[in-house]
Amino acid sequence: MAEMKTKRKIRPRVAMPAQDALARSGNFHEVALGYSPEQALVEAQRCLQCKNPTCQSGCPVEIDIKGFIAALCDDDLAGAYDILRRTNALPAVCGRVCPQEHQCEGACVLGRKHEPVAIGRLERYVADAFLRQAAESPDACRAVTDLDACQPKRVEHRVACIGAGPASLTVAGDLAGRGISVDVFEALHEPGGVLVYGIPEFRLPKDVVAREVDGLKALGVTFHCNWVGGKTVTIDDLFARGYDAVFVGVGAGLPRFLGIPGENLVGVFSANEYLTRVNLGRAYDHLNHDTPAFRARRTVVIGAGNVAMDAARTALRMGSSEVSVVYRRSEAEMPARREEIEHAVEEGVRLRCLCGPLAFHGDNKGGLNGLTVQKMALGEPDASGRCSPVCLEGQTEHLPCDMAVIAVGTRPNPILIEATPDLGLNKWGYVQADKDTGETSIPNVFAGGDIVTGSATVISAMGAGRRAAREIARRLL
Amino acid sequence: MGYTIVEKQELIPGQTTMMVIDAPQIASKARPGNFVMIRTSERGERIPLTIADRDSARGTITIVFLVVGKTTADLATLNQGDQILDVCGPLGRPTHIEPSGTVVCVGGGTGIAAMHHIAKGHAEAGNRVIAVVGARSKDLLLFCSELSTLCPELRIATDDGSAGHKGFVTEVLKDILDSGEKIAEVVAVGPVPMMEAVSRVTLPYGVKTTVSLNSIMVDGVGMCGACRCTVGGKTLFACVDGPEFDGHAVDYAELRARLWQFRDQEQGAMERFSRECRCDG
Repeated sequence: MAEMKTKRKIRPRVAMPAQDALARSGNFHEVALGYSPEQALVEAQRCLQCKNPTCQSGCPVEIDIKGFIAALCDDDLAGAYDILRRTNALPAVCGRVCPQEHQCEGACVLGRKHEPVAIGRLERYVADAFLRQAAESPDACRAVTDLDACQPKRVEHRVACIGAGPASLTVAGDLAGRGISVDVFEALHEPGGVLVYGIPEFRLPKDVVAREVDGLKALGVTFHCNWVGGKTVTIDDLFARGYDAVFVGVGAGLPRFLGIPGENLVGVFSANEYLTRVNLGRAYDHLNHDTPAFRARRTVVIGAGNVAMDAARTALRMGSSEVSVVYRRSEAEMPARREEIEHAVEEGVRLRCLCGPLAFHGDNKGGLNGLTVQKMALGEPDASGRCSPVCLEGQTEHLPCDMAVIAVGTRPNPILIEATPDLGLNKWGYVQADKDTGETSIPNVFAGGDIVTGSATVISAMGAGRRAAREIARRLL
Repeated sequence: MGYTIVEKQELIPGQTTMMVIDAPQIASKARPGNFVMIRTSERGERIPLTIADRDSARGTITIVFLVVGKTTADLATLNQGDQILDVCGPLGRPTHIEPSGTVVCVGGGTGIAAMHHIAKGHAEAGNRVIAVVGARSKDLLLFCSELSTLCPELRIATDDGSAGHKGFVTEVLKDILDSGEKIAEVVAVGPVPMMEAVSRVTLPYGVKTTVSLNSIMVDGVGMCGACRCTVGGKTLFACVDGPEFDGHAVDYAELRARLWQFRDQEQGAMERFSRECRCDG
């Protein structure tokens, strides 16, 4: 390693190979293709191996980034994967969907003068390459943990997770790795939560998620699908069945709508419905699957987060010839990841910034045929620090469209909350949980992810899962 | 994995089927008004079906369905001993049942099955239940013997007059309302036009009217908002706020339009299914 640290010219960041924009807007295959071993090595060698690695503190689960990159430079793929797995149950997922520019890469020292190390792409490379290799070896444990052999399950300790999204998967992986018996109860028919119903195939292939879930099964985690927390089984039932602790990771909840006229016209969808039909229901492969999805010529998407970009790019792939993203502020304020906005624009999504939706219009059969928007300008910064949108009185525009997808966030889902009256809620109606331990107002009931924070990121949900798992393990072991 | 069908009965040959499904956990929680989400194959669609009955001791739930599309057609091909891939529930808010006096339960077509579970709940709570059932003809009536055991009064209406009153359930209902007996609540389950007509009839009498909406659902647990409907000017979700709502406040025109959303795609799936079935012989 010594010679690596000698002064040298900083090479440019290795570009991520991607499918051609024109070709990919017509298919659901993954857009970013991943590094080759050679590209990964070149990029890994850009890392300065700082004495004080600020990237690590930028990561919500504090991955030993410097360590895994050093192992990669030493051609120790298994070692690099072990380091990732120590703090991250889902590296193949995080390497793809984390907002690295605001986290690890945002804190990379190299980024002050040059482009930061492509930490996310390297994480994805290590996870993909190692799991590909491990799939050919019989030692399933080694493929998913830093252990040579699975520890025998200590069945005297049992933990239940409600919901099988990123937060619960993290809890399950963490506790199962320590020998605790974990059962995960999932309302849908497939584990993965937002990773399966929300994030499209072209950004996160479902077989990547399935591989991570299989890894947890190999560790002894049991998944019970079609079990709705609060309906099929309540938290009280779980304790009565002998679980020592319960983790609540039930996710984002109900979609928010805009409360403007015409919102329930046929052709107006929540992003959750549209993406669930296409992703979980596999409507993108409609000849082989039954779940229908609306097909439109002109689509407008309202909102500018990652979910909005996912919906817009999905609509293109489902055959819309015109897709616009309608957003009240300017492109600079868009909350989606830069890379996702760029990918969307490259594929042909039109950004209609400084436009606020006013009303949907329908034909005489109740079908959508247009959206009126209010033109806006940027005003003074608001409480969020972003410039607030100001109406330009009298300036409106009519956008013809036959489908609209609303992607403006969520409200708390009432099912588990109504079934658990003792569960303390915060002022926004989400579950109240201790920020260090994740414990709720009910002893030994923990919560994390979107049901605590409202819509956030995969990695923040995983961070919450990690904290809860640490506390549960401390109490049980 | 899967949920075993312990009993299958064709209630109306080629049309309406009843299945008793082994699902002890769901049976232990199911209440009148609840529904389940069902999927019959890996490539199938999730669809909501009302729980028509449950037997918690036996650990079973009963569903009754009309073949209307590919999923129900596929479900109808399954037999006793076969398994249904996914059964998720019980979902939705249970019917609000309290001792309140006389309740009129109106059921139309396949809706009679769901109405039966609600009528049973009211009867068990000590209410006097008048059941009104309607169908095109006598052969299309369901659950009449069960309802006549539960309810002191069972009134029938058929379009062709082959049983009971010749005409609509609303005409029978109006008779009951006009009879002077104090009615605490009217519950209607059936096709949208029937529920709308029932609500229109009860409105001038000021009788509380509850309808059960069969809107399109995808996840059934509140996540997607597909089942949203306007009730009293507010957007509500049938899966978590319902499926039962105040019949006088529902925007039926919107509900009807939303129910037709996927008609073309559904027909496509059904045609493919019929073709494949023929190929398989």
